[in-house]
Amino acid sequence: MRKKIGMAAALATSVALLAACSSGGTTDPTPEPSASESTPAIAGGELTIWVDENREPAVAAAAETFEAETGSTVTLVQKNFEDIRADFLAQVPTGEGPDITIGAHDWLGALIEGGVVNTVDLGATAGSFAQVGLDAMSYEGQLYGMPYALEAIALIQNVDLVGEEAPTSWDDMIQRGIDSGAERAFCITTNGETGDGYFMYPFQTSFGAPVFVQDGGSYTSEVGMGGDAGTAFATWLAENGEAGAGHISTTIDYAINNELFNSGECAYTVQGPWALGDFPDVNFKVNPVPPAGDQAAAPFVGVQGFYVSSQSANALLANEFLTNYVATPEAMQALYDADPRLPAFEGVDTASAPFPDAIEGFQASADQGVPMPNIPQMGSVWDFWNAAQSAIIKGADPAATWTKMVDDLSASLAG
Amino acid sequence: MTTGQDASPETVKPKPPRESYARQIQGMGWGFLVKLLLMMLVNALGLSVILSAWNAEAWGILTASVVLLIAADVVYFSKRMLPLKYIYPGLVFLLIFQVFTMAYTAYVASTNYGAGHNVSKEQAVESALIQDERQVADSPIYPLAVVRGDGGLGFAVGVDGEVQVGTAEQPLEVVDGAALDDSGRPTEVPGWEVVPRAELLSDQELAQEVTSLRVPVSDDADEGSLRTREGSTASIYRSSLVWDEGAGTLTNTETGVVYTADEFGTFRGDDGSSLPVGFYVNVGFDNFVKAVTDPDYAGPLLKVTAWTFSFAILTVISSFLLGLLFALIFNDDRIKGKKVLRTLFILPYAFPAFLSALLWRGMLNSEFGIINDWFFFGANINWLGDPWLAKFSILFVNLWLSYPYWFLVCTGALQSMPGETLEAAKIDGAGSWRQFRSIQFPLLLVSTAPLAIASFAFNFNNFTIIYMLTNGGPRFTDTSVPLGSTDILISAIYQISGVAGGRADYGLAAALSIVVFVVVGAVSAIAFRQTKKLEEF
Repeated sequence: MRKKIGMAAALATSVALLAACSSGGTTDPTPEPSASESTPAIAGGELTIWVDENREPAVAAAAETFEAETGSTVTLVQKNFEDIRADFLAQVPTGEGPDITIGAHDWLGALIEGGVVNTVDLGATAGSFAQVGLDAMSYEGQLYGMPYALEAIALIQNVDLVGEEAPTSWDDMIQRGIDSGAERAFCITTNGETGDGYFMYPFQTSFGAPVFVQDGGSYTSEVGMGGDAGTAFATWLAENGEAGAGHISTTIDYAINNELFNSGECAYTVQGPWALGDFPDVNFKVNPVPPAGDQAAAPFVGVQGFYVSSQSANALLANEFLTNYVATPEAMQALYDADPRLPAFEGVDTASAPFPDAIEGFQASADQGVPMPNIPQMGSVWDFWNAAQSAIIKGADPAATWTKMVDDLSASLAG
Repeated sequence: MTTGQDASPETVKPKPPRESYARQIQGMGWGFLVKLLLMMLVNALGLSVILSAWNAEAWGILTASVVLLIAADVVYFSKRMLPLKYIYPGLVFLLIFQVFTMAYTAYVASTNYGAGHNVSKEQAVESALIQDERQVADSPIYPLAVVRGDGGLGFAVGVDGEVQVGTAEQPLEVVDGAALDDSGRPTEVPGWEVVPRAELLSDQELAQEVTSLRVPVSDDADEGSLRTREGSTASIYRSSLVWDEGAGTLTNTETGVVYTADEFGTFRGDDGSSLPVGFYVNVGFDNFVKAVTDPDYAGPLLKVTAWTFSFAILTVISSFLLGLLFALIFNDDRIKGKKVLRTLFILPYAFPAFLSALLWRGMLNSEFGIINDWFFFGANINWLGDPWLAKFSILFVNLWLSYPYWFLVCTGALQSMPGETLEAAKIDGAGSWRQFRSIQFPLLLVSTAPLAIASFAFNFNNFTIIYMLTNGGPRFTDTSVPLGSTDILISAIYQISGVAGGRADYGLAAALSIVVFVVVGAVSAIAFRQTKKLEEF
């Protein structure tokens, strides 16, 4: 008997404890007489935004204004940029995802296929965005994200070794590099043994071998790297690889490449704006990448932007935040200051960047670039593509390896 | 060991059997109060989990936590279930962290969850409709006010100084006598209440109603309908897909194509096209069948499996032998400064494995690495680029990482070995090799064999070293799947799952993890049975 009293007491106490802890509200068992009064208990809506470390301060500044003016609460969740794509795909369907996330435009195909991204409408501000940014964030004519920055790799040269003049071709560049007396005329990262098609892409496009065939601006899922143009690039890669001239080597990864250039051992390298902080010891100048083939060397242009979740319960707030609080000159300037990439919004003052002169060079490189494909098939390309390049650089038969890669890739995309 | 007999028969009168201490406690002692407090905390925690599960409408979690909480109360307030009082917390953790995870993996393995099959059917239809609804070309942007009336919510837009109002059923109509502000946004509409912007931004349900509201522009549906995203402007949108719930089909009203869901969770049109977004469906054992029969996967996975076994076995054997050798040498009494030397030996074990692997990756670089520079006269030996050298490098680095562990274990085992047996062997004339082979080694195996099995199981899934040192490379050149010659099963699963990019196939990855679990489990079970024989020495 005593036990039972004890048990009842325990239960009663814990319920009381709980009632004291939580502020009641949603699951209050006693029905409130005036239901309409209890609804505005939540003052303002709530927005959850995923953002990476670099851009967190800029988004936080925009969020502060938003909170002050609308009474809403914004929760910024800081995540590794590389994790966001997979996490967004996995968590949005469960209802645990954010309302808005920062992201890269080449994820778009996967996000659409996964059914996790909503369309956006930039309304009156649409005219202020760079057209290449809007195109990159669009899929089959629908706009799915708000672009804010562009990025492209470019040729970075050591001014003390080879001057400021841009080389006109690959051969010209190598000659100047050798004449300068530098240990290496040219360095490029191959991500070690893995291979890195991203950095090699300007040279590949100069042979006229794009990843996917383009049809009026948008990419089709037909692989465009095959044929004579592709073989020509593969042959060039082998000629300059480890078994050939040795300008391109799989011993160089991202960190080694930047170390070599910063120590003055390389006259030229190909890198993006994010790497400039790694070159404090040399005077450098940024120029477009010189072609190795007979066409212009077009690097991939990547676009960074914001996506809205398709399962967001706060779509109205999310759109309000993006169109009226992020698509403003002040917020865009703050984003640029926090993470200087080429702005996709007009009127951003680029002089505040740590390397204002370099921005011009990257802009010139981006102007001759092509958007990285945002179709879902792009996700399958990297593994095949990188591995084939790595094998060819190490001395595998260029034509056979390249053709097999194109065949395997096409088969994988079809199946 | 008993040496004499002191168990003399009891002469005193036997005492009545004492009651156990557990039974002497009569309710409200201090112990009971402490228990009561602890159980209050447990109940409070359990109830808060139940309530938040109720709010989130997570019925599975709700049921499980209700059952677990009731069970906890019954167990700890009942007088009988003494053993359960000890094992209940362990059982709960086992259920949550082991059984649930395994059941969930098995469930994923029976679906085609992955790229293109990422959401439920309901969500896929929703997304297909979202993706289909397009802004009408050259649609003007109307300043908008959300209004409320007898017919529910409506949109009031300012068009050329006039105000037009409409609802979901009622197309836009001009309303006279309305007021507009400078930006052309209606501020007062006769017969309607303008919803304040602050309310729109703070009331989630109202906001959802507003974003899903479509107001037809005219009686002609082809002209599209007004839609707002942020509640202050509206544009004209038109959608062509219609979802027929009864038939389970999506129909494109413009082209007449009817999309039906196929057995793999893709909407296929009757003209052969398909919609980009699909949903996940149960595919039974397809993933297991695919893993063993698909020619693209079967061959490489067989090679990967073979290397996984060789890697795990060779690592355990090599590090055990090296550790044992050093343990034997440094167990000799003639060596001075044993403590310092032993500490130095343990150092590789003290570094985080992923850091060491990254360092080794740099040191093994064929052009810039110090291994080639210092030990091979600067020769360009491609340690990580050649399939066999890469395998050797993995084994070598893992040996460096794990022999200190065996050094520790073997030193301990050697020191706890009874000295008499060795002395007896010495007196019988056994040489040091004979002593080691017949006495020390068998005795050592008794205590270390279970650890060796655990080490095998660990290395079988040693993702860190593979990922950090070679990332599975160099790639197989004769297959079309993105696997390489140093990939072990777990890193292959990681590649296939697509977490790192590429096309995700979680279903196949989950099926493979179950296969790995079965293999590791079976090998360990058999090996543990074998070790029992060792104890019969």
